[in-house]
Amino acid sequence: MSVTVPREAAPSIHIERARFAFAGRRLFDDLSLNLPAGRTTCLLGPSGVGKTSLLRLIAGLLPPEPPTRINAADGKPLTGRVAWMAQTDLLMPWLDALGNVLIGYRLRSDAAALAAAQARALDLLARTGLAGRERDLPATLSGGMRQRVALARTLVEERPVVLMDEPFGQLDAITRLSLQDLAARMLAGRTVLLVTHDPLEAARLGHRVHVMAGAPASVGSPLEPSSDPPRDATSTDTLAIQAELMRRLADAHAFAVPA
Amino acid sequence: MKVVRPLLIAAGLLLAWEALVWIDETPHFILPAPSRVAVEFVDRGDTLLFHGLHTAAEIVLGLILGVALGAGIALLLTRFAGLRAWGLPIIVLSQAVPVFAIAPLLVLWLGYGMLSKVAMASLVIFFPVASSLYDGLRRVDPGWLDLARVMNAPPRAVLLRIRLPAALPAFATGARVAASVAPIGAVIGEWVGAGAGLGFLMTQQLGRGQTTLAFAALIVLCVLGVALYFAVDAVMTRLTRWLPRDGEARS
Repeated sequence: MSVTVPREAAPSIHIERARFAFAGRRLFDDLSLNLPAGRTTCLLGPSGVGKTSLLRLIAGLLPPEPPTRINAADGKPLTGRVAWMAQTDLLMPWLDALGNVLIGYRLRSDAAALAAAQARALDLLARTGLAGRERDLPATLSGGMRQRVALARTLVEERPVVLMDEPFGQLDAITRLSLQDLAARMLAGRTVLLVTHDPLEAARLGHRVHVMAGAPASVGSPLEPSSDPPRDATSTDTLAIQAELMRRLADAHAFAVPA
Repeated sequence: MKVVRPLLIAAGLLLAWEALVWIDETPHFILPAPSRVAVEFVDRGDTLLFHGLHTAAEIVLGLILGVALGAGIALLLTRFAGLRAWGLPIIVLSQAVPVFAIAPLLVLWLGYGMLSKVAMASLVIFFPVASSLYDGLRRVDPGWLDLARVMNAPPRAVLLRIRLPAALPAFATGARVAASVAPIGAVIGEWVGAGAGLGFLMTQQLGRGQTTLAFAALIVLCVLGVALYFAVDAVMTRLTRWLPRDGEARS
């Protein structure tokens, strides 16, 4: 299992007083959220509430608006310690599966690290069920396979923080369940923020689940199931968590949109 | 059928042409019959070969130079945003001047030799290459750029490893256009002033009423153009092998 464990201990991350406006509309203001170290935090909310923007702020893809503060508990900057997985696989059609997994090393022109990552990439592809498909172009892979390549690409970087933006949103239900299991096992030990609008996904994967709702949006107090993810999709415990999340979403919606 | 069809079309056209000349009894210095042109190919083969090679060299050199120039400009404008405001007007201006109008100037400046023709061909070629590649370099999935940013990719690597491969299909379109217009530049140059080349041969022979040889030269020029197009097309198809083609099954 050593191959998927990041080289450094995963830090906890604190987001304080986050503020972001898009097209003149304040998506959130004075929003705070803690991501506990080595745990998966799910952020559940309806589309357009600002989940993706919050995730992009943490990823450094959006400039933080003052007084937003995003800090790792170990005091070191987040740059270079974050891996990002988007809703679309973002595979480069001209690179084969292996080439896509290793794109980060090629982009950084780091020959020594690339050589070292080669074996890890092959191992990751094998463990995501893609042994023998390393030389295949993305166009010849199914949607689920492509997202597995994207997962391997996210993990090969050995970064302690992983941000996932509805990574399984475009997959069919069965493929989604199997990829959730795979991701949960392989992401163990990292500080993960998973943004989703699927209550079942949050119920299965989160050590902590926050509901994000409202305009401007706020983040509710977390639900912290006692069992470890990934949870069985059909167990009554998981379904109870899902039901509670649905209730919180509905409440937040009723609060945000008075009848 | 793929190979036979164009041959059938060509044969049909030649037959119709031959028939027209026989029925109308057109004088050969106005419109020579294809059979007459064919005889000319045999009689003057060495002349046609000499001038044909000369023109081919001009076109190929012009194509290499023009594509390199166009690609270089597109890459520079993409990499250094500050150059855009200055570079784009100059490029548009270079295309606003009709190539016919500056042909005599280029001959005056660069001489009657090959250089002025290569320059003319490059001038015609670089624009479709530069504009298509520039567009391609800029129209990249923003998700790829975000990914590169999170991966701490330097701008040069983003340009060469993401934007450039992503722009290859657009570049291929530009290169195909460039290949089909490449002969124009060279031939215009030869018309205006040259000592060799198919364009020179045509103007010289037409002036003497030797229409048949001019026609033979024209046919060589057509064959050159078609061969060049297919050569460039083959290279471009190879460069973009990863593109899904029409009619191919996708999973």
